[in-house]
Amino acid sequence: MSLSIFTRRAALALAASAAMATGASAGGHGINLEGKTVEWIIPFSETGGSAKWANFYAPLLSEALPGAPTVVVKFMPGAGSTKGANWFQEQQYEDGTVIFGSSGSTQFPYLLDDPRVKYEYNDWNVVLASGTGGVAYLPPALAEKVAGGGASAIAGEDFIYGSQGATRLDLVPLLAWEMLGLNVEPVFGIKGRGDGRLMFERGEANIDYQTSSSYLKGVTPLVEAGTASPWFSFGALDADGNITRDPTFPDMPTFKEVCEATDGCETSGEKWDAWKAFFVAGFPAQKMVFLPAGASKDAMVTYTKAFEDIKARGDFAEISEARLGVYPQMTGAEATTALASATQVPDSAKSFVVNWLSERYGVTLN
Amino acid sequence: MDLIATALPALNDAFAMILQPHVIGYLILGVCMGLAIGVFPGLGGIAGLSLLLPFMFGMEPLTGLALMVGMVAVVPTSDTFASVLMGIPGSSASQATVLDGFPMAKKGQAARALSAAFASSLFGGLVGAAFLTIFILAARPIVLLFKTPELLMITIFGLSMVGILAGRVAIKGIVAACLGLLVGTIGEGASAGELRMSSYDWPYLTDGLKLVIVGLGIFAIPEIVALLRQDKAISDRAPLGGGWAEGVKDWWANKWLSVRCSLIGVLVGVIPGLGGSVVDWIAYGHTVQTAKDKSEFGKGDVRGVIGPESSNNAKEGGGLVPTLLFGIPGSGSMAIFISAIALLGTGQIEVGPSMLKNNLDFTYAIVWLLALANVVGTLICIAASGGIAKLTSIRFALLAPFLFMIIAFAAFQSNQDIMDLVALFAIGFLGILMRRFDWSRPAFLIGFVLSDPAETYANQAVQIANSRFRKGFGEGLEYIFSPIVIVLIIITVISVVVGLRQAKNIMAEGDVKSGTKRAPMIFLLVVFAYVIAAFWNASLIPDHASADRVFPRFVASVGLVGCAILMIQMMMRPETHPLFSDREKQDAEDNTFGLWPTLAWFAGLLVLTSLVGFILALGVFLFSFMIWRAGKSPVFAAVYTAAGIAFICSMASLLNRDFPAGMLQSAVDLPWPLK
Repeated sequence: MSLSIFTRRAALALAASAAMATGASAGGHGINLEGKTVEWIIPFSETGGSAKWANFYAPLLSEALPGAPTVVVKFMPGAGSTKGANWFQEQQYEDGTVIFGSSGSTQFPYLLDDPRVKYEYNDWNVVLASGTGGVAYLPPALAEKVAGGGASAIAGEDFIYGSQGATRLDLVPLLAWEMLGLNVEPVFGIKGRGDGRLMFERGEANIDYQTSSSYLKGVTPLVEAGTASPWFSFGALDADGNITRDPTFPDMPTFKEVCEATDGCETSGEKWDAWKAFFVAGFPAQKMVFLPAGASKDAMVTYTKAFEDIKARGDFAEISEARLGVYPQMTGAEATTALASATQVPDSAKSFVVNWLSERYGVTLN
Repeated sequence: MDLIATALPALNDAFAMILQPHVIGYLILGVCMGLAIGVFPGLGGIAGLSLLLPFMFGMEPLTGLALMVGMVAVVPTSDTFASVLMGIPGSSASQATVLDGFPMAKKGQAARALSAAFASSLFGGLVGAAFLTIFILAARPIVLLFKTPELLMITIFGLSMVGILAGRVAIKGIVAACLGLLVGTIGEGASAGELRMSSYDWPYLTDGLKLVIVGLGIFAIPEIVALLRQDKAISDRAPLGGGWAEGVKDWWANKWLSVRCSLIGVLVGVIPGLGGSVVDWIAYGHTVQTAKDKSEFGKGDVRGVIGPESSNNAKEGGGLVPTLLFGIPGSGSMAIFISAIALLGTGQIEVGPSMLKNNLDFTYAIVWLLALANVVGTLICIAASGGIAKLTSIRFALLAPFLFMIIAFAAFQSNQDIMDLVALFAIGFLGILMRRFDWSRPAFLIGFVLSDPAETYANQAVQIANSRFRKGFGEGLEYIFSPIVIVLIIITVISVVVGLRQAKNIMAEGDVKSGTKRAPMIFLLVVFAYVIAAFWNASLIPDHASADRVFPRFVASVGLVGCAILMIQMMMRPETHPLFSDREKQDAEDNTFGLWPTLAWFAGLLVLTSLVGFILALGVFLFSFMIWRAGKSPVFAAVYTAAGIAFICSMASLLNRDFPAGMLQSAVDLPWPLK
């Protein structure tokens, strides 16, 4: 991406957030969706994680929106979600009955200048950003060696890691393994992180990571049974954009801490910046809800308020914990900040990753 | 003893949970919805569960489970209707049922075939549940024994079923399977994401072709077109009386076959990663291999129905193991099932490794709800089968447009792209030619289904094995040649040897006479050209992504050798040899209409859809088809058209789906359903 485009994006984002801020404070009239059907476009199939997320929110959103419209989740899978996103890019705002749910898998191709991407995040209007975290874990024997220290103790091990592909979210853990100096061979072709966990359980893979909620459901029982041990979490972001301990796993060191304790792993410089940029794009701001280009202030206010009302429900913590995990659900200015950090990656970080992908995995995206 | 001590109370609790009137009520409701959806080819559990999802949020867990399990359980029961009556595989679970079920329907034995199928389904479901009740306690460590080499061997064992379904000329069957494998590799490679036989300028193919499109294209379209050309009813004689009792007797006479196939179904279903889409073929292969008299298979042997149908309901039970115990869905519908369970109640049921410990009662409740749903569903199906079987005596010209409409709609659900219809039509045309020249379509389909697992597991097994060998030679060998792998190798070798020896007797495409040399030769040349193109295309993949290159190149090489041998044989042999089978010659007397005019109707619908969208095109298609092809009055045609469109619109609105749009829709904004 050339500098000029970058500036344009930044300017647009600024303008968007300014518009949002005024919109929210002016407390516009809002829109009434009575008798209408809101279509929530998910650019994946009905079987994935985004489907789960949207299916959780859809009935709540229907209750929270003025006029209690029917909210239906529509699946538009294809080309690693770029097909649905390209379709959404062509939509113009009409009456607020079309919204779009994007995911890390939509953000990464955008960041990596995948030729299939014809969408522009800064044209869209974010109303919700849902985050997640990630946890890396090891077989107990190996975890013992690294307990309380850096990764140097296991630098000589041969690791096998089940991966969905180097350009997907797996980019973040793959880069992390490499920064820690681990000798990890990714085995590609698994269909989801669950398959990666299964490979670990079968003893074929000996390093793995899961998102927070999958970790709680799928790996905690293994930890209790003594067949897996947590190593580090990827961490969470504080309001200033610093990596802190994941509130869900306060006892686990973050990747940053492990990196600092490991010889040869730097928590500054272009490699670190690249890792952090893609981590932010893939985890703390993983899933977002957008209104299309040209959305009115009223519509933004209405949707933002609806999601705020959902968060404010007395039972929200309880009903969301089992289904989404303990993730931050951001609205308003927070969501805009999350969007900016997820889609505005410094050119240097981007070119580092593009280079790394092509040198390490031979992947070129053009 | 310990296990039994925990299992018995949980089982007791489970039955107390299930046997409540409102739970049974919801189960029956789910069963009825599942039957209503499963009856339409191409729409299965995914469509049905998506329909239920909006209601699941916060629903009482037990009733929600009853509703969903009821629906999922009966899809492999009701899809039998389409497989037997129309020769259209209702879902991937009943593809093999077509081979003998449909010829039986043609002979007027539809009711017998159906009731044999339902009795087998019911029995399979119950055997599956009984087996699971015990097995589920010990399943985790056993399932974990199936590592990548084992999974690869099971895939290869599945592929070995091609041997028995290869048809009269074995090499033709092998080339057909290679072609299926190659079609399965189209799109982004699983390992490095390199494109095979596709390009980003043509984005549709980069995701590969979906099973529903290939399954419907390869079986449904050729049957519809063939029946239309004969312009008769499906059954060429009056239905035999007392059919359904006879079917149950058939099942009883083959009860041990049914037991064996049920166990095959559960066991293959239990293994995560294969999704059981080949279970019915494995069961069919087993049925044929263990039968004494094999002469009737492919022409309407009831055992060919009993085998696969016993396995496919049992498979649903087996599929619960990876789904509930590992949180890894064995199929698309199971994936939705998992995410729907999370929505139930307060989300207290957590699918995954903790399921057995924390929710053993719910686990058992699900297993036995599944069994109960099978009982209810089967009873309803048997009751309905006599009536539904009468469809086979209706003139086919009246059924065909309706069927085509449903198939097109189902195909469109896979990507919601008009290219779905083009792909359906293209695969359908390939299916027509394969049927005509007696190339085994089952072999093609098995190849297609197993292409992705074969490639992925092969790549992964090689990679992991290499890593083990680097640690030590012994460790590598131990990894590859585990006892399970060795047993599977032996079974596979026996199956191939026995299969190829018997393949001549089993005519997957029926008995086909030979015609002239020219047409079969041209078809072979086209296949040859595609295989060469696939080989060349795969060779362009650079070295760093070689994992995406090896498999298509290897398969294409086998295909090339096969094609070359066929070529030489064709030059040497006389015209009467089975090599030159040509159905056009055989059916010449029966066919009232030519192939091209019949195809032109469907091509017309396709072209019109691309211009004015599906619903408008469908209106024109249904109306004019009734008038000019079926020779009906304008009033009849108008009523028929209105009914068809009303049906498809209500279906789409229930499922929240749009229809394919054409150029008109991109120019003008139209209201649903025209948009």
